[in-house]
Amino acid sequence: MCTQLYFDYAATTPVKKEVLEEMLPFFNINFGNPSSIYNIGRQGRNALDIARDRVAKTLNSKSEEIFFTGGGSESDNWAIKGVAFANRDKGNHIITSKIEHHAVLHTCEYLEKEGFEITYLDVDKYGLVGVDDLKNAIRDNTILVSIMYANNEIGTIQPIKELAQIAKKSGIIFHTDAVQAYGNEIIDVNDLGVDLLSISAHKIYGPKGVGALYIKKGTKIQQLIHGGGQEKKRRAGTENMPGIVGLGKAAEMAYENIEEHIDRLTRLRDKLIDGIMTKIPYTRLNGHPTKRLPGNVNISFEFIEGESILLSLDMEGIAASSGSACTSGSLGPSHVLAAIGLSHEIAHGSLRLTIGDFTTEDEINYVVEKLQSIVDRLRQISPLYEKVKRGK
Amino acid sequence: MYNEKVMDHFMNPRNVGEIEDAEAIGEVGNPICGDIMRMYLKIDNNDIITDVKFKTFGCGSAIATSSMATEMIKGKTVREALRLTNMAVVEALDGLPPAKVHCSVLAERAVKTAIYNYAKERNLTYKELDGFDPNDDHDGHDHDEE
Repeated sequence: MCTQLYFDYAATTPVKKEVLEEMLPFFNINFGNPSSIYNIGRQGRNALDIARDRVAKTLNSKSEEIFFTGGGSESDNWAIKGVAFANRDKGNHIITSKIEHHAVLHTCEYLEKEGFEITYLDVDKYGLVGVDDLKNAIRDNTILVSIMYANNEIGTIQPIKELAQIAKKSGIIFHTDAVQAYGNEIIDVNDLGVDLLSISAHKIYGPKGVGALYIKKGTKIQQLIHGGGQEKKRRAGTENMPGIVGLGKAAEMAYENIEEHIDRLTRLRDKLIDGIMTKIPYTRLNGHPTKRLPGNVNISFEFIEGESILLSLDMEGIAASSGSACTSGSLGPSHVLAAIGLSHEIAHGSLRLTIGDFTTEDEINYVVEKLQSIVDRLRQISPLYEKVKRGK
Repeated sequence: MYNEKVMDHFMNPRNVGEIEDAEAIGEVGNPICGDIMRMYLKIDNNDIITDVKFKTFGCGSAIATSSMATEMIKGKTVREALRLTNMAVVEALDGLPPAKVHCSVLAERAVKTAIYNYAKERNLTYKELDGFDPNDDHDGHDHDEE
């Protein structure tokens, strides 16, 4: 139990040393308010510009299109509420999918209470949104389409470019929640043709509580946080300087060797998937076999329940998650697994293992080995497995 | 999240298995909720439970409460077993997190259902079973959550 093997990189990541080092002076040395005109204030302003340039470079956007926020959830809230309220004169219909993060889904549910109409698109068995489904859902009064880039639970990567093109043809604003994809996919906002894109620092080895929203120049959007004139009067509040500096550095590092990062994680991911699927019977891979995040593994083990798998893994020093960590307080099975058509029974037995920059091949082997005995032990206790063994 | 005693009963559950010639078998729960418990009882002519085995599909607390419940009724009379409450099982485990207490209801119901089936087959009546309905799906879950 002493060595902690971390298999929950989709939940959060550790801050990298280089990132932390750049952040530290902004707590107590370069602590000036970037809005102040004296020297340490100007230093802050300068650091803010550098961070913005770094993030813009990773997305191939202009620096002035990057707005810092308090994280991925705020970026999603701002994008959706901001567009909804600013474009109310044009219509009140929004299209999203059934497998979005709660930051999007619950924001849409809130807007329904405010008089907006929301279409929640179905997904196929891999978790993919259908391009034709989006086409068919568009109405005269549709003002926004929000589809996540990659899913946090099952890792499925959507055809964002195609989806954005459809929205664009009808003059509809397109937002994508790229919190999971950022740092794990090559993202070019111009090539994709998206208007808004949410990212978060703590998924890419940066600090928690900071993120950004890319807002394409000319996109009609209201502000979410009112107050001072920060972020070109669009997002009030004294800037979280250590956080923003951390995001900038983490973004730069994430995209320094992005191809290598993707190749390495994909290889480890497939090794983990193959190991589990070949060594443990009655398993199924959730999500798409290839259109999936390089670090995501989501597997259902029949006849057993997810929490008991997590507890057993924890006893072996392995940190993982079942469905989304955000919903672990709830008893209902994950909305994502339900949307891809899993029965409740199979959804309850799902395990998400997400890998990252510090995952080693030895760790993969260790987890596969431990999982074999854990799954076997729990199945020996399960009355459902007993029925299968008897051939019923 | 769970205390040491619960983790012990989860990692090393007592009385796991089946009894081929059990006098009483009770199955409760539902895979949709994520838990199913099956209880086997061996009952002698003096109405004493001489052996108990269980199989459970469920979370850590479902497995731990199954294990503890079997320990608590082994060697007891049928009447005594019927007086087992879920709160007594929780207490014996030194407590469960509030969100997990509902799992212990399953253990109590599994014992009662097994004895209900046993009594029905043999035309026996136990006043402790008055008003007990094994088909009542009440498992303590809040199905509307999330």
